[in-house]
Amino acid sequence: MSEDAITRANPSGQNAGRALALLALALGLVALPFLVQAVGQPALVPLATRVLIYAIAAASLNLALGVGGMVSFGHAAFFGVGGYVVGIFYRTYVDDGLFLGLIPGTTQLLVTLPAAILVGGLLACLIGALCLRTSGVQFIMITLAFAQMLFFLFVSLKAYGGDDGMTIRRRNELFGLNTRDDVTFYFICLAVAALVFLALWRIVGSRFGMVLAGIRQNERRMAAIGIAPYRYKLGAFVISGMGTGLAGALMANYLRFVSPDMLHWTKSGELMIMVILGGVGTLLGPLFGAAALVILETVLTSWTEHWQLILGPILLFVVLFTQGGLTGLFDRLGIGRSER
Amino acid sequence: MTLILEQLLNGLQFGVMLFLLAAGLTLIFGIMGVINLAHGSLYMVGAYAAAFAAAQTNSVLLAVLAGLAAAALLGMAMEVFVLRRLYARDHLDQVLATFALILIFNQSVTIVFGRQPLFVSVPPALNGSVELLPGLTYPVYRLIIIAAGLAVALGLYLLINRTRIGMLVRAGATHREMVRALGVDIRLLYTAVFGLGALLAGLAGLMAGPILAVQVGMGEQILIMTFVVVVIGGVGSIRGAFFGALLVGLVDTSLRAFLPGLLRQVMTGSEADALGAGLASMGIYMLMAVVLLVRPKGLFPANV
Repeated sequence: MSEDAITRANPSGQNAGRALALLALALGLVALPFLVQAVGQPALVPLATRVLIYAIAAASLNLALGVGGMVSFGHAAFFGVGGYVVGIFYRTYVDDGLFLGLIPGTTQLLVTLPAAILVGGLLACLIGALCLRTSGVQFIMITLAFAQMLFFLFVSLKAYGGDDGMTIRRRNELFGLNTRDDVTFYFICLAVAALVFLALWRIVGSRFGMVLAGIRQNERRMAAIGIAPYRYKLGAFVISGMGTGLAGALMANYLRFVSPDMLHWTKSGELMIMVILGGVGTLLGPLFGAAALVILETVLTSWTEHWQLILGPILLFVVLFTQGGLTGLFDRLGIGRSER
Repeated sequence: MTLILEQLLNGLQFGVMLFLLAAGLTLIFGIMGVINLAHGSLYMVGAYAAAFAAAQTNSVLLAVLAGLAAAALLGMAMEVFVLRRLYARDHLDQVLATFALILIFNQSVTIVFGRQPLFVSVPPALNGSVELLPGLTYPVYRLIIIAAGLAVALGLYLLINRTRIGMLVRAGATHREMVRALGVDIRLLYTAVFGLGALLAGLAGLMAGPILAVQVGMGEQILIMTFVVVVIGGVGSIRGAFFGALLVGLVDTSLRAFLPGLLRQVMTGSEADALGAGLASMGIYMLMAVVLLVRPKGLFPANV
């Protein structure tokens, strides 16, 4: 988390080379389903979908963790609750009942996604308001505490499947599209991911983002020039929770299943590792990190059941010998050097 | 009444186990500023080494020695080869590195010992129960754990407060740079502290063997609770770790034992059991949240 992490994430620091690389990435992502079809590997489309969904969650976490310096070990809470929003809407729809006697069920993606964002944001507002009274290791642990509380709450909620979770028989609907089709669902996720990354890019480059980065570097100094850090941090934490809730809702649709597993602390750890692996505080780092972790896991699992014995040393290598994760490694290798 | 006393003893026993882990974790964090997620792996390795030695030799003494040695050596190796390079880095890098270590240790243990949990029997000499009070019988083995934990606590107190090494440890926790500037071989001190923390984790692991199943993943379960203890007690404070561990042990055990019963008086059985189990599991996290909201640095903050 050096100074250049900021300039890197700062839109005013971009130039032609970077824009070109971004364009290539975007084109590649759009062309991906057709390419894998052409080489006869259609199973890669769901894999890419999973990468995109995790990228949304990791990028949202990165706003709090990388830009704002708030190391949250409890983002699985927002991820899981986003998923449960989809699940509970679906269950209520099937039962033709009312959730809490008020809210009817639905299977429309245009309702469930905003609802997941809203719930994620509200939850982050509540948790953040309390947790931000602490900092450092205490902050890491108290965010974990709240996530664990929610984990055990959903485990004990027998009405929504408890430990076993619940199945969502059909994916949410969107404009009569066949969301069951993997390619269609991939494009939905890609569109959402593009919007999220665009929004995060704008946020990081805005005055709000600048203040946030300033608070991470020196909170006392920001306070001294008349800025109330608490509000900015809480704001960033809420936005971060909203994005993660959104990713959770997409994941529930992707898997057609939600369970307390989505809220488990290992999921928080996984998201954090994607961010660190990709490069803390960088715009596209979380995407690279998510892709690296998901793809490595998939490839290594297909090779050997002892895949963790290979993944572990790889992660260790990345920490010990690259600074700034994959983005830092790319920089050192001269790829995307123009970024600076 | 005897039921309550028995649960209190169970809570105490769980508490001292947590203390053994938390003491090492809090020392390592307080002195070296490292978040060591792989501390739970040392606990697991201690348990496996002791279980293996016990199965091979049938000797309690050898099993204890094997468990302690394996954990301490592994801990020191970890410090020398990995963590030493990360002291100057961000906490996040330490988290990623120690997470990688967890993957490596878990998988290595799976390859060597398989996925089936090992069951270790209580040493025959300790396999009885004693009647503490009329109507209250309690397993000798658990009493031994409590005694061992309290003895370690006393020993650590004396070590930290009465010896030269303890003085260096305290000085290191307060002001690292100053100790180095005064000409203390800080690298040796770090490795020694890491080894001590690992030794205590191994002790907890080998004692847990006969009570719990020895299996891969046992380290991560208890690791999270250990972090809760460390944060409640105040990061870097041994005294905090001690009282935090007893508090968490007692609260967790009594909630699990009594909450479903209490809830069953107001709702039907199965629902009460599910909700009670959920609430009981939430209990220590609620405790931690409340403690941190009231005292953001924990109950016994170290460096004030």
